[in-house]
Amino acid sequence: MTDAILETRGLVKSFGALRASDGITLDLRPGEIHAVIGPNGAGKSTMIKQLSGNIAPDEGTVHFLGRDVTGLSTMARARAGLARTFQVSALAMEDTVLQNAVLGALGATSSPYRFFRPALKKAELRDRAMAALERMGLAGHAATVVSELSHGQRRQLEVAVALTLQPRAFLMDEPMAGLGGEGSQQLTGILDRLRAEAPILLIEHDMDAVFALADRISVLVYGRIIATGTVDEIRRSPEVRDAYLGDAE
Amino acid sequence: MSRERLLGAVVLLALGLVPLAAHLMGEPFTITLATRAAILALAAVGLNIALGLGGLVSLGHATFFGIGGYAMGILASHVQNYEPMFEWPFLFEGSTSMPFIWLVAVLASALVALLIGLLALRTSGVYFIMITLAFGQMFYFFSISWSAYGGEDGLSIYVRNGFPGLNTLDPIQFFGLSYAVLCIVLLGAHLLARSPFGLALGAARQSPDRVQAVGLDPKRLRLVGFVISGAITGLAGALFADLNRFVSPTMFSWQTSGEIMVFIILGGVGRLFGPVVGAAVFVMLEHWLGDMSEFWHIWLGLLLLAVVLFARGGLVGLIAGREKAHD
Amino acid sequence: MTPILIAEQVLNGLQSGVMLFLMAAGLTLIFGVMGLINLAHGSLYMVGAFAAAATAAVTGSFLLALVAALAAAAAAGALVERLVIRRLYDRDHLDQVLATFALILIFSEGTRWIFGSFPLYLDIPEALSGPVTLPGGIQYPLYRLFIIGMGLVVAALLFWLIARTRLGIRIRAGENDREMIAALGVDIARLYTLVFALGAALAGLAGALVGAIQSVQVGMGEPVLILAFVVIVIGGIGSIEGALVGAILVGLTDTLGGIFLPQIFGLFMDPAAATQTGAALASMAIYVLMAAVLVWKPTGLFGAKS
Repeated sequence: MTDAILETRGLVKSFGALRASDGITLDLRPGEIHAVIGPNGAGKSTMIKQLSGNIAPDEGTVHFLGRDVTGLSTMARARAGLARTFQVSALAMEDTVLQNAVLGALGATSSPYRFFRPALKKAELRDRAMAALERMGLAGHAATVVSELSHGQRRQLEVAVALTLQPRAFLMDEPMAGLGGEGSQQLTGILDRLRAEAPILLIEHDMDAVFALADRISVLVYGRIIATGTVDEIRRSPEVRDAYLGDAE
Repeated sequence: MSRERLLGAVVLLALGLVPLAAHLMGEPFTITLATRAAILALAAVGLNIALGLGGLVSLGHATFFGIGGYAMGILASHVQNYEPMFEWPFLFEGSTSMPFIWLVAVLASALVALLIGLLALRTSGVYFIMITLAFGQMFYFFSISWSAYGGEDGLSIYVRNGFPGLNTLDPIQFFGLSYAVLCIVLLGAHLLARSPFGLALGAARQSPDRVQAVGLDPKRLRLVGFVISGAITGLAGALFADLNRFVSPTMFSWQTSGEIMVFIILGGVGRLFGPVVGAAVFVMLEHWLGDMSEFWHIWLGLLLLAVVLFARGGLVGLIAGREKAHD
Repeated sequence: MTPILIAEQVLNGLQSGVMLFLMAAGLTLIFGVMGLINLAHGSLYMVGAFAAAATAAVTGSFLLALVAALAAAAAAGALVERLVIRRLYDRDHLDQVLATFALILIFSEGTRWIFGSFPLYLDIPEALSGPVTLPGGIQYPLYRLFIIGMGLVVAALLFWLIARTRLGIRIRAGENDREMIAALGVDIARLYTLVFALGAALAGLAGALVGAIQSVQVGMGEPVLILAFVVIVIGGIGSIEGALVGAILVGLTDTLGGIFLPQIFGLFMDPAAATQTGAALASMAIYVLMAAVLVWKPTGLFGAKS
């Protein structure tokens, strides 16, 4: 428990009669990729929004780096080192790739309330942004406007912007969504190397990617975690087969 | 230099040269028209920061335009009437100095923008439009019922306020001053758009989720953008009042808000020179169409409708292409 | 300050509130169903008033004038919807604001072109003129009572229309889920034209009814439009109940504030200053009300949670 980077205890969130989170307890440990899988409507999005601070839980707590962050905003959590990627790319579509990455560097390193010197000419912002782009293989596209990127490149940029925060943990909401086999494989390789830097809580539908990457898997069904374990344990678990693999695949 | 920049430079240069030519040919009315265009462009440059950069559809920028105007009117009228504004804690007789009036106009509009922004930015979308429009109307009715400063009739200031080293009553000198202010503010707006703040505010318009996820507060960015925007439009209001040597509740009216927005749309939203092109075209149309037909607003309406429905990107977009400059 | 005066002013406030409701209901319906912000709604109010005044001048019949107002505003609404508005449903709010602002310019100047710049007058019909004595000895103009009654009847009809009729079901479905009603085989284009014309007719009726108390002139619609926006912000966008409650609140605040604030200030200021300060503050009262609602409930009293 003590060495967990990110940890939730008994998260409950209801929307009317629907209990979207029904006592979720899980943790993310250093160096691991912890995948959360579950059928559609299991409450994965609701869970990640409580982790990132977009919605507040009705009950339960979220701890990050040993601190209770349950009452903190998304912004405060991001500044504390919790980086998030979105299921549907949330990027400044009219801006260039570099501008998007510089935005991340700006959030991580300095105040945005500077009004005169061009953002792209600030060496500390630019270097940090370019380093992240290079790692995601986007350095050659720095001057490209995001709306002209391919879907796969946008997914990579999502991760690159998260990288500029030099985070202590990643929350990734279906980073493989909409990627073809090749793109998905490429991103799998990148995430594989990323875990050494900061652990990843990964929500993902792509089972090949999950089984290839995850150190541990939690299975979320109707707002509850019904099993947590290694890839093999989850594959063998009869409850998981019944509740999830059984009817979903 | 991109086509957009080139077009902007040409228009700005033309705006500067036409009055010079008019001055040499002894046509002061043309100079006044150009001054009007420059000041209205300034008001629109202000709105463009909220609207183009921040995506805040403010239909209440007449509020700031009017506050700037009344800052001039109130300060100058006390001097004109030899009635001190207040005697405690020190004697203050008002002011006829443009730099001081501008300072008051900018600070007062910024303060009001802060208050309106705090309320209106609790909401978004259509609510924001309606609320800014409503607060504009509030100032309009307030100025009508506040009889100490002219009420419905407004305030006439007989002598244009002074600027050190200039004879502001000479049309070409007052034009030069207004034009210089416009150029300085344009340069500021250009720097702002590329600055860290501009980058963050622009991103907050395009993807507030992303801005939050990197640890920045989109609401606070918008609020600061709205305040800067209001302050610039307030400065334009003070100049406009000095141009006419008259302020009235009309400066606060919803039509004024609409027209400031129209300048931007005619020119092109979010484009540096859009407001300049739009204001210049508007003043020319007002002058020429107004001469031809008493009902020139019909033609303006049809033109505006055509631009909105068929020429998104405004006139700058039509000429320079839809793609905006990136740098 | 007598109870009779207070009762009179409450009735005046109610009357202006009920008229505001007719405006706000159309606006909120159009926004709820089509997602459109329509600045030109005030123009339709003006069209109704001018149609009524012109018809009354020719025929001398107030009833025909009201019918003409309804018909002219609905027709103008349907026409504008077909020609312009339907191109705006998929646009952002900025485009909607600008295009409908352009429509205001066209409507206003067009009306000035046809009718000239001088105000027209619409007379209160014989049968409705003069005061009546209400219980408690209050003398109150019959016509204003008629307006209140008319407004309440229309409000009741509107609630019935939306809650009980097939059109109402479609309108409510349209507010919730556009694809759903398309899937049900409803002709959306026709539904939208109908809703827009309905909203326009309500505005036109309000314009005609109010036109008989005030003068009928170009530009009469926009102040009412902005008040209706205040109503909607207070009541919550898309909510007809909110529009009713908000309209009454705004009507009462505006009327009572204008009368009583100067008197209240008169208690501790000299009369001239009290009148001036009171009037200035009264002009701000409804906006203060709006600000208070915004602080308390940003999406309005009856608005959906964001």
